[in-house]
Amino acid sequence: MCTICGCGTAISREPVSARSVALHAHNHAHPHTDLHERQDYEIANGTIDFGTGRAGVHVAGLSQERTLRIERDILSKNDMFAAANRAYLRKTDAFALNFVSSPGSGKTSLLVRAIADLRDRWPIVVIEGDQQTSHDADRIRAAGAPAVQVNTGKGCHLDAHMIGHALDRLPLEPGGLLFIENVGNLVCPAAFDLGEAHKVVVLSVTEGEEKPLKYPDMFSASDLMLLNKADLLPYLEFDVDACVASARRINPHIETLTVSARTGEGLAAFYAWIEARRAL
Amino acid sequence: MHEVSLMESVVALVEDERRRHRFSRVQMIRLAVGTLSHAEPDALRFCFDAVTRGTIADGARLEIVMLSGEGRCSNCRQLVPMADRFAPCPVCGGAEVRMTAGGELRVEDLEVE
Repeated sequence: MCTICGCGTAISREPVSARSVALHAHNHAHPHTDLHERQDYEIANGTIDFGTGRAGVHVAGLSQERTLRIERDILSKNDMFAAANRAYLRKTDAFALNFVSSPGSGKTSLLVRAIADLRDRWPIVVIEGDQQTSHDADRIRAAGAPAVQVNTGKGCHLDAHMIGHALDRLPLEPGGLLFIENVGNLVCPAAFDLGEAHKVVVLSVTEGEEKPLKYPDMFSASDLMLLNKADLLPYLEFDVDACVASARRINPHIETLTVSARTGEGLAAFYAWIEARRAL
Repeated sequence: MHEVSLMESVVALVEDERRRHRFSRVQMIRLAVGTLSHAEPDALRFCFDAVTRGTIADGARLEIVMLSGEGRCSNCRQLVPMADRFAPCPVCGGAEVRMTAGGELRVEDLEVE
């Protein structure tokens, strides 16, 4: 449990390093105000599990019927946590990308490759989001980057509160990169700001060039589209230009790059994009 | 499917209000939902009972006010009605209409006792 805000009923089944305790106690990435919900989650073997259910609440107070004007955005709490994450990232001079896509687009393979290519240039940490298992975080750690797995349970997306807790447990270094791999889902993650600098949508060429028209919210929310698995193009009838045109119809400002996490094709351009964007 | 977490956020906002205004029951929660927003009103209604069960909002009635979409065309600069976030401008056919209304997801008011 967080000793300052008392959030959660985190049960740690692993020794927590002095560093992560210090990070949590003194460098809490999210604010300790009443916006912090009591939320049940568990931590085991380096995985934060938000699928363990919510605590009930108890009711007390006066009895007199009246109407209260609220006029608050439903996502306002998420947006407050996102603003806190963003402030923490800015203070750390870290650059965060939120990778979104449908399942199977090759996000994890892309990150594994990018870590191998970039780890000498920037310190990199990763937050992995999935409904279940720590499979992806294990792959990232094997590639040489610290990673925290967030299991969302029934949840179909990561939210900014989860990211705050994951940041507490990551050794993010000044000037470093934070890669967030969202839950594989081309719908819901579009609505949730995590505090990242940019959403990067990954679309693989095996998925069909009309995907941006079918799932417009995600392409509208993203600043870069990576068209992955380009090494398969010779075997498919995938029209790259038509796909880019679909994406631009939804979002005239989206940038697009064709890449292959397997062969490395196009990745130099992606790394140059990171370099240029983080310098802004 | 993220309507469940949106509804959980609604319950959290209601909890905030309870701390501020002290009430023991919520009779009604009124939401304003834009027709161009990320949420489906039917999905919000569908999950409402399950999400509010055992919370301060247990037993409350859900009312949803739909707000229509509007945007400004980047080409002809006119304010135009928007039925679809990604449709071209109905006046000049321009490709980019920037939404000015219709994306709302808001808790408007509560009836409490």
